[in-house]
Amino acid sequence: MTATTPAPFSPEEIADEGLKPEEYDEIVRRLGRHPNRAELGMFGVMWSEHCCYKNSRPLLKQFPTEGDRILVGPGENAGVVDMGDGLRLAFKIESHNHPSAVEPFQGAATGVGGILRDIFTMGARPIAVLNSLRFGNLDDARTRRLFSGVVSGISHYGNCVGVPTVGGEVYFDPAYSGNPLVNAMALGLMETPEIVKSGASGIGNPVLYVGSTTGRDGMGGASFASAELSEESDQDRPAVQVGDPFLEKSLIEACLEAFKTGAVVAAQDMGAAGITCSTSEMAANGGVGIEFDLDSVPVRETEMVPYEFLLSESQERMLFVAQAGREQELIDIFERWGLHAVVAGKVIAEPIVRIFFQGEVAAEVPATALADNTPIYQRESLAEPPEYVQTAWAWSEAQLPECDRTGITVAGQKQTWSQVLLQLLDSPIIASKRWVYHQYDHQVQNNTVIFPGGADAAVVRLRPQEGEVATELAHRGVAATVDCNARYVYLNPFEGAKMAVAEAARNLSCVGADPLAITDNLNFGSPEKPVSYWQLAEACRGLSEACRELSTPVTGGNVSLYNETLDATGTPQPIYPTPVVGMVGLIPDIQQTCGMGWRNANSLIYLLGVAVDEASGAVTLGASEYLAVIHQTIAGKPPQVNVALEKTVQAACREGIRQGWVQSAHDCAEGGLVVALAECCIGGDRGATLYFPETLPETLRYDTLLFGETGARIVVSVDPSHQGDWEAFLAKQDMSWKLLGTTNATLDSLTISANEQWLINLPLSEMKTAWEEAIARRMDG
Amino acid sequence: MKFGVIVFPGSNCDRDVAMVTRDLLEQPTRMVWHEERDLSDLDVVIVPGGFSYGDYLRCGAIARFSPAMQATLDHAQRGGMVLGICNGFQVLTEAGLLPGALVRNRDLNFICDRPTLRVERTDFPWTQGYSRNAVITLPIAHGEGCYYADADTLKSLEDQQQVVFRYCTPEGELADAANPNGSLNHIAGICNRQGNVLGMMPHPERASDAMLGNTDGLALFEGLLNAVQAVA
Repeated sequence: MTATTPAPFSPEEIADEGLKPEEYDEIVRRLGRHPNRAELGMFGVMWSEHCCYKNSRPLLKQFPTEGDRILVGPGENAGVVDMGDGLRLAFKIESHNHPSAVEPFQGAATGVGGILRDIFTMGARPIAVLNSLRFGNLDDARTRRLFSGVVSGISHYGNCVGVPTVGGEVYFDPAYSGNPLVNAMALGLMETPEIVKSGASGIGNPVLYVGSTTGRDGMGGASFASAELSEESDQDRPAVQVGDPFLEKSLIEACLEAFKTGAVVAAQDMGAAGITCSTSEMAANGGVGIEFDLDSVPVRETEMVPYEFLLSESQERMLFVAQAGREQELIDIFERWGLHAVVAGKVIAEPIVRIFFQGEVAAEVPATALADNTPIYQRESLAEPPEYVQTAWAWSEAQLPECDRTGITVAGQKQTWSQVLLQLLDSPIIASKRWVYHQYDHQVQNNTVIFPGGADAAVVRLRPQEGEVATELAHRGVAATVDCNARYVYLNPFEGAKMAVAEAARNLSCVGADPLAITDNLNFGSPEKPVSYWQLAEACRGLSEACRELSTPVTGGNVSLYNETLDATGTPQPIYPTPVVGMVGLIPDIQQTCGMGWRNANSLIYLLGVAVDEASGAVTLGASEYLAVIHQTIAGKPPQVNVALEKTVQAACREGIRQGWVQSAHDCAEGGLVVALAECCIGGDRGATLYFPETLPETLRYDTLLFGETGARIVVSVDPSHQGDWEAFLAKQDMSWKLLGTTNATLDSLTISANEQWLINLPLSEMKTAWEEAIARRMDG
Repeated sequence: MKFGVIVFPGSNCDRDVAMVTRDLLEQPTRMVWHEERDLSDLDVVIVPGGFSYGDYLRCGAIARFSPAMQATLDHAQRGGMVLGICNGFQVLTEAGLLPGALVRNRDLNFICDRPTLRVERTDFPWTQGYSRNAVITLPIAHGEGCYYADADTLKSLEDQQQVVFRYCTPEGELADAANPNGSLNHIAGICNRQGNVLGMMPHPERASDAMLGNTDGLALFEGLLNAVQAVA
């Protein structure tokens, strides 16, 4: 058969696999014939953006990926960094956005399951999970259903599998109402001497299918994830997988036990595109081929055809290449844990994936055509920022109503700054996320040093769990955070993406951790649309630059494009471009870390970095939470990253924590300086008395002073006994710093005054109520 | 003193318990696979937290049929010490070693938190390390931790003073607001009449390591060591 014969499929059938007509022609050219039904399905999933990054790969190339501590960079199931003392940490982030939009509980649950498999496939025991979540406005009933479903799904899976969910972020914005974002990041501590890789090797070595059975669930999930959502998407429920955390828990134990025998040559998780993806990637990564017999696969349904076997995304399954002759050893381990393990194929020299079904060849495709040498689209980015950005940038603070020391009049209503602060604390973006993390087991494994909500980053002790380890010797810790202010990215993708990296590093520094490396989750709209592609390209450029400048290489990640929903009129509504940065850092001694709440009475409160009365424009209301909540305006230029200052401020904070001078540290993000101070009060259950400069520059508005946002700012508290050492140290740093006031001994309120007049004067209890009940009130009411 | 920690498929606090008994208290500790039948070498059997066999039918309902649990029944009947924590408490009620049942939390959601508890009995080996009516803080993490029993069983428990821990306010008062899961009589932990079998929803093993801050749970394990040493 040649390419000139008519295709045995209708254009609709080809489109249904997510393939474009020119991609179909390319398949025919590669095979030298038309594909059969099963092969067409294999190409459909493997050539989806989710699996092959055909739109994003040229952009991802610019990421810095190497560094002294990087043991494994992009390309494997997860990145691995050296934490010292022989401790190696695997970590990775992944999205499950589309499944969660259609079936929030299972979508989110299997998102957790998938990212955990990426970790233990490497030989690492999962030790922590974080989540980055985005939903629409909580006033909307459908959003509330999605939000509570996603949280329940994460809770269900993570709690049962016995991995603590230690941190994360949650945002609410109408931009995500039809298309929530569910990104899960997992961390694991290597338990095997060798890092288990995915490249198959050893001609004749057996290929083992291990774990759960195969059914029709999750058919074509990868293609589904790479398409826009529409009103009909709800009918795509079969494309959503169903997870079983109990099986996953057993799979973790069995896999780690199996890897320790040394009999496993290579391993790959069956995630997106299941058997198709794992066979072709293992073959391509090893430069060999794989023969695989579908008749050996344990099934949960009858009458399945090759197309269904190959595209099934049944969960909790893995593919191993074993040393010939040692397969029974491995099978015994899996059977002991009540799991399947069967020899279903072998490694062959010819670099093809050959699938057998009922004694006949059901598919035969060059491995690289599926996994490696896949289509790439070089797209041109816009030369100028698109119109919406130019319009937003034209906004200036002068368009806001005038304000003075006492407050501001908005829509005819005079509001004091204290009232404005209460409104901001009640914003679900700023408010306590206790409603969420209360449902996650964040202490299992007995290594959680700081609980969720207690600090700017999660801190987990690095303690091997196998073998006898004196706990007093396990003093190292890992800090982790997930960050992205997508409003910044929307209004300036380059600066916004840089700020996501800077903020992640700042959050780690606030617990005393040295930032090491990142994993990124690029959640964007359709790359086929010029504006969305411009956002993606600019954000990748920003991530690259910031990671290079802050010495935090990219070790891998995930790309989720086509995050758009069609409204009732059929107009696509893109999400905010959301490049989530998951960063890990090293804490040499977990006794030298701190939280964000004031720890003691009469501590001295300092602001490090950008000064309180900075009027250069570095502190801005552009893209701020204040502007969105109080003035219902999304406009302006977001703050820009000052890399040199960020590095100095962060290093000073870390040093202060390690010297034992700094007792609490909290960065200023959404809501600016005053919201940060309020959060320190709430976190420490203690008031504070602060004094702002008596005279302000004429160009500085009071709302910018109080609620303006910028990078490179950290609020710390220091015991008075260390004032001399601390200030002597600060004097040598090339940055601004200022003593702003003290924590209170008895007075339970936050007061900020300038020139002997109040700017803010609020009882702690009022702030707590607003902040703690904001989400619960909207969910229950 | 030799500890055994039962490992069911789905157990996930087994290593956490062993960390306390083996690494912190330096006691011989053996992981007991759920298919084992001989526990005669053990002084204390601990049924740890987790989701035994996935907890799909009902928490602990499958685990009770395991060979290791059958052996645990024998161990308890011989007067051996048995501690069930969280899912382990659920398993002990299913196995009939302790009365009552653990049902879905009052607010239907999983709860991970650190409530305060009042120690009701200090004359058991388990709790002799605490002072009477001491208020301690122990972590909880469960979806089905609401203690339920019929009126007669509840009365009998109270009459026999089998309630060992109750959820309370930081001041030691019993209050609905301080009861995280709606447990009847604010019950967080109970023992059998002989006092050798203890079941509790809070996790003492998560509050034993000074490196992590809270050590309110360590006294429970230490009290056990002292008691057995005193007998020996």
